[in-house]
Amino acid sequence: MAAPEPEAPTTARSRAKDHSPWNWLLFIPIVVPLIPALFNADSPRILGFPRFYWLQLAWIVLGVATTTLVYQMTKKRGDR
Amino acid sequence: MWRDHLTEIIVFTFLFLLVSAMGFVAARWRAPRDMAHLDEWGLGGRNFGGWITWFLVGGDLYTAYTFVAVPALVFGAGAMGFFAVPYTIVIYPLVFLVLCRLWSVSHRHGYVTPADFVRNRFDSPILALLVAITGIVATMPYIALQLVGIESVLKTMGVTGDNALARHLPIIIAFAILAAYTYQSGLRAPALIAFVKDSLIYIVILVAVFYLPYKLGGWGSIFDAADAKFKASPNPGDGILLNANNQLQYVTLAFGSALALFLYPHSITGVLASRNRDVIKRNMSALPAYSLLLGLIALLGYMAVAAKVKPLPGASAGSVDSNTVVPLLFDQQFPDWFAGVAYAAIGIGALVPAAIMSIAAANLFTRNIYKEYFKRDASPAQEAQVSKITSMLVKVGALAFIIFLDPQFSIDLQLIGGVIILQTLPAVALGLYTRWFHRTALIVGWVAGMGLGMWMLYQIPNAATKRAHFGGSAFPLEKFGFDTKMTIYVGIVAVLVNLAVAALLTLILRAAKVADGVDNTTPDDYFADEGDPRVTPGAERDADSAREPVA
Repeated sequence: MAAPEPEAPTTARSRAKDHSPWNWLLFIPIVVPLIPALFNADSPRILGFPRFYWLQLAWIVLGVATTTLVYQMTKKRGDR
Repeated sequence: MWRDHLTEIIVFTFLFLLVSAMGFVAARWRAPRDMAHLDEWGLGGRNFGGWITWFLVGGDLYTAYTFVAVPALVFGAGAMGFFAVPYTIVIYPLVFLVLCRLWSVSHRHGYVTPADFVRNRFDSPILALLVAITGIVATMPYIALQLVGIESVLKTMGVTGDNALARHLPIIIAFAILAAYTYQSGLRAPALIAFVKDSLIYIVILVAVFYLPYKLGGWGSIFDAADAKFKASPNPGDGILLNANNQLQYVTLAFGSALALFLYPHSITGVLASRNRDVIKRNMSALPAYSLLLGLIALLGYMAVAAKVKPLPGASAGSVDSNTVVPLLFDQQFPDWFAGVAYAAIGIGALVPAAIMSIAAANLFTRNIYKEYFKRDASPAQEAQVSKITSMLVKVGALAFIIFLDPQFSIDLQLIGGVIILQTLPAVALGLYTRWFHRTALIVGWVAGMGLGMWMLYQIPNAATKRAHFGGSAFPLEKFGFDTKMTIYVGIVAVLVNLAVAALLTLILRAAKVADGVDNTTPDDYFADEGDPRVTPGAERDADSAREPVA
């Protein structure tokens, strides 16, 4: 999906709610899981799991960490 | 023979009846002031908090399809079936900001469906009608897919019959009960049942991923058994890793499915039912817990390989029903009573999404077809009534899908639905960010994407089932004239063409100064939140209203 289009002028308060440089981090868990070169291999195995499987399961943690970080950094703090 | 499975059947029936009772009681849960309103019946009062939303949306997105078809795909094709994991990782960051905007603008203007939004944003009833019809058509096979999940369980328990009616009687009864409590309780029923469903699924899967590898000699030998099976098979596309030809398909399928998921009307229904923007954002972080579950469930397919499960015969002679591998694995490896619990988890796992999907499809019909074309001045009570009746008809339609079509191809049906629903991406998802596209261009783009998508799906044969057309969603690039064996997901190609056509035509129509209607939303609408003074109060809930009052 394309990057968000710049909006028509909005109030300063609205901007503060949605526009943040932290949001760019969201591209990491979108792009990384879609690069097969990173995970399409058998070795090394962990607990018997080939890399293909454990690494893709590990991307889940990456996704959670990123969305949590972005949420924490962008949530409004008692401003209303 | 069903007598061998008596314990399983008793446990299954008990849990099934328990959640049915909950479904009826749900009408009184978080008691609404007035149930005869689409916001109450169809969106649970728009007031669900973090936990309820988590269970509801989780129960909605990770369906019986998850439980049955994904491991079946892994069982049959190996690594390719694991696309469900990147698919459900990518989805959340992708829609993290988009859904908040949709929630805000819907909350402000009282929209119930994505087509309501399109109607007002682009001032085009035709575009809204296309979005609504696309949503309904894409949802129908998805509901049918849930029935496939229940049927695979019933089949494994030996509950089958000699003729079509006897074979389908149990799911007809199950769906009649489902239809009754959905009619009465609306979205509150699946929200309440989702607690039970997900608890059961989490228990079953946690037991399965620790107990089964222990019984089958550890994860290493499970993967080795799968590797040996795929090396012995003549199919070049399978294996426990991807090969050079299906990596593009893997990535485009995961990405395309992710784009499609939150365009489905039922996912949007779950999101719009939440209380505020924070609930949505927190859920985008918390919902991947289900993805972990999904990844582990997918690996049940390999456990079935290691346990040497042989799928039951399919509907036509000589075919096998690969959807039965997980139920068979449970039957073979678990004690009877726990297999019964696992089956109930799958059965109930089918009911929650089926209920939400039928509600979402009914809302689309009510708001964007009935109200738009039959009764402009429908009162909220009439809207709710039409939705309740439509939700029943939708379920009858889904039953017909299963009884009259071969349910073997459940996952492909769903993938076709994914291709269709993706064509609403420019109007709904990009429409949340920009009004740049011309409404007529969006309509023509939709037609182009839909036409191309259908043509591509028609061209795909399925070697396993000997069908010449509609055999899957992996389109061989050599049909476009490329000298390669690589395949690509149909939906991505179709939506790119859709976008290109829409963009090109927008430039032409703008140059020709063709009228483009009035945007009924303001930029500030996309940031509205709970308690915001400019959020529309209960009375002003008319999608046709020309202008929202500006506070």
